[in-house]
Amino acid sequence: MKAKITITLKNGVLDPQGKAIEGALVGLGFDGVSNVRQGKEIELQLTETDEAAARAKAEEMCKKLLANPVMENYTIEIAP
Amino acid sequence: MKPAIIVFPASNCDRDVAVALEQATGAKPNMVWHGQADLPDTDFIVLPGGFSYGDYLRCGAMASNSPIMRAVIDKAKAGTPVLGICNGFQVLCETGLLPGALLRNANLNFVCRDVTLRVENNQSIFTRGFENGQFVDFPVAHHDGNYFADDATLDKLEGEGRVALRYVDNPNGSARDIAGLLNEAGNVFGLMPHPERVISPLLGGLDGAAFFKGVVEAAA
Repeated sequence: MKAKITITLKNGVLDPQGKAIEGALVGLGFDGVSNVRQGKEIELQLTETDEAAARAKAEEMCKKLLANPVMENYTIEIAP
Repeated sequence: MKPAIIVFPASNCDRDVAVALEQATGAKPNMVWHGQADLPDTDFIVLPGGFSYGDYLRCGAMASNSPIMRAVIDKAKAGTPVLGICNGFQVLCETGLLPGALLRNANLNFVCRDVTLRVENNQSIFTRGFENGQFVDFPVAHHDGNYFADDATLDKLEGEGRVALRYVDNPNGSARDIAGLLNEAGNVFGLMPHPERVISPLLGGLDGAAFFKGVVEAAA
């Protein structure tokens, strides 16, 4: 199975990179842009063939390494 | 005192700390590669500054899972003093030995300059070389030193006197101007500024020498 993990900063955590991107977008003339938040996406291949098992493994990876619960949220998508 | 300095891939202040500790103790500290599973006999552990694992994923995230860290965490929980400087502070937060996290500097700049700190709590083995209210100058050099924790955690830290050092002119956006933080038991200390870089007039100051002298005296 393939896992796609999306990690974003929690609401309320300052995202200076998002702010800088927002400033650049406004500078390029894009109107009505707000709340730009930068995150990261991690893709990985798992040998598990069962979706629940793959999800459980990805979840454990997020808890142990991939995300920091103090400042980040994560979502996991599993696909064949 | 038998200090052990943990060396991660891309640590770059490990030798500076070794010089500072050798100056304070008269003996060479043990340098311990992160891939080792066990610590040598030690009563003081340092996680040095640098850019372990290239700061990939999150600063300190990979280093906090290094084989040696299991032994460091066990020792810290048993009361052995652990000092984390800069990247070492980030590693301590990633392990959970200290609360909170260090985010990208609020102004997005890599800050590399001397900063003035106010000593808020000298009743610790790490800050006993100073007076309460004393101002000390240490250099900072980091991109991710913006200390973050939720308000309840920050209130708790303040109430327990665990904010030992505070920036006078906040260089990175840290919550409550926090520069140096103690754990609940007082044996783990993380700070973004670099005391090991000001241990001689040739390096621009002696405040760091006073810091390490205090640490060594506490262990005596």
